[in-house]
Amino acid sequence: MLAVNQNDLVVNLLIFLMATFLGTELIRHVSRLLHTPLMALTNAISSISIVAGLIVMSETSSDFIMILATIAIALASTNIVSGFLITERILRMFRRRKETK
Amino acid sequence: MIGLLVQYLYVVGVILFILALRWMSEVKTSRRGNWAATGGVIVAITATLLAYSIQRTDLLVGAAVIGAIIGMPIALKLPMTAVPQRTAMSHAFGSLAVALVGAAEFYQYTPNVDTFSLSVLSAEMILGFLTFTGSCIAFAKLQGLISGKPLVYRGRIVVSVCTLGTAVALAVYLILNPTQEFVLPIMALFALAFGFLLVMGIGGADMPTVIAILNSYAGISAAALGFVLDNKLLIVAGSLDGSSGFVLALIMSQAMNRSFVNVLFGAVGSASKSTEQVVEGRTVQSFTVDDVATVLNNSKSLIIVPGYGMAVSQAQHVVKEVADIAQSRGLDVKYAIHPVAGRMPGHMNVLLAEAQVPYEQLWEMEKVNSLFPETDLAIVVGANDVTNPAARTRPDSPLFGMPILDVDKARTVVFIKRSMAPGFSGVENELFYLPNTMMVFGDAKKVLTDLVAALKKS
Repeated sequence: MLAVNQNDLVVNLLIFLMATFLGTELIRHVSRLLHTPLMALTNAISSISIVAGLIVMSETSSDFIMILATIAIALASTNIVSGFLITERILRMFRRRKETK
Repeated sequence: MIGLLVQYLYVVGVILFILALRWMSEVKTSRRGNWAATGGVIVAITATLLAYSIQRTDLLVGAAVIGAIIGMPIALKLPMTAVPQRTAMSHAFGSLAVALVGAAEFYQYTPNVDTFSLSVLSAEMILGFLTFTGSCIAFAKLQGLISGKPLVYRGRIVVSVCTLGTAVALAVYLILNPTQEFVLPIMALFALAFGFLLVMGIGGADMPTVIAILNSYAGISAAALGFVLDNKLLIVAGSLDGSSGFVLALIMSQAMNRSFVNVLFGAVGSASKSTEQVVEGRTVQSFTVDDVATVLNNSKSLIIVPGYGMAVSQAQHVVKEVADIAQSRGLDVKYAIHPVAGRMPGHMNVLLAEAQVPYEQLWEMEKVNSLFPETDLAIVVGANDVTNPAARTRPDSPLFGMPILDVDKARTVVFIKRSMAPGFSGVENELFYLPNTMMVFGDAKKVLTDLVAALKKS
């Protein structure tokens, strides 16, 4: 059974709104220098949807649903691996003047 | 007991994600931010594996290994000029993952799903599938697999809106008749088609905004999934990603003085525009690199204006060489970065950082514009529309109102360009005809390599 409890919904809406406001404020203060690595990073963070894939995998016995979840997990883990590694690689390139000399 | 532990671990994950974004605000702490986010994801996955027992570990491990095998080479080997493509691809992967999980949830629980969950699932799947094809097209355009020109035809908007409308109508039907499972793939097809149509109609120079919007969609669909699963970590991570994409898209479209709707449906650069304003009798002054070397040697300050052309010809390293020589001869060197220069937010900064340009030399448009009148020499490498003074002076120009870099106010402007072809907007750049502009024709990398040679001689 997949049903949303009204009390949970209210709490979740509250969390969603707070996180959105907080996210907006945090991103506004990110230096323009870092917009590209920021996008790589937030993309990797949102691959946390892998968690949803794991939950589906644990719940199902149907092969078809299992395949859907497996593909989703493969896609999300690609994003996790490449997202964090490339962010690290980009950030390492940003240097200060004195370090380059 | 375990259930509670997992909830606490999710709280740790949320804290790490928020700190990660906080630390990303400046270069000094940014790497710490990346590690915090990585830690957050690891904590979340560990917690989930603790709480939910997965029987098919073979599939799980297989999927993770495939992810690592695809992801590692992309991250470690990819040239920096291809970062926009990778970003588009990762949006495609992320949104498809979310859409597939949504579909899996639907098939798992139908018909025991309440109307609310079903509505959110449908919305999430439509958003996920359209972001998937949209991102694939963005990838293809950025990679040069298909033309970067917007696909424009009569009735384009009507076709797009009808496609999306059909997807939504099918979603409503599905919500009212959850047992009609066959509707889901059809709905998915229409959502996929809409994503395709949407981004086919958008041109290359609008990619920074489009990529940011797709980023936002991918995040929102992940948050929606969190609502259905009552998973608060997913809601937080998704909405952080969603708001990040939204803010970036806002910054990008403001930097072009356009609205979202205009970016998505405006199709700037379409052939239909009759803005050929060729004024007779205007002449362009073409110069050689030796002339530029002479001017540079007599200057005290230099501002370099990079654009997408620099990325295309991979000229960032030789740009740095020119800057180094200029600096060693006592010039004050700065780089002026327009917010939408390149193909994604912050594109130019990454390329120049790769060439080891110290980031203190990278100046944002608002700060650098007041410095142009006191600058002896400005060199434009591969930028065009963002330097066109028509945006300030000609109300009839399609560029009018767009904030630009006031390159024309520098004492001498060197404009490196392959040909006289207009920029992306299809508008001729008035800068070419100004008396203080020196045009140097040729590929950016080649011209600058020759310039380095000429400077070393003189």
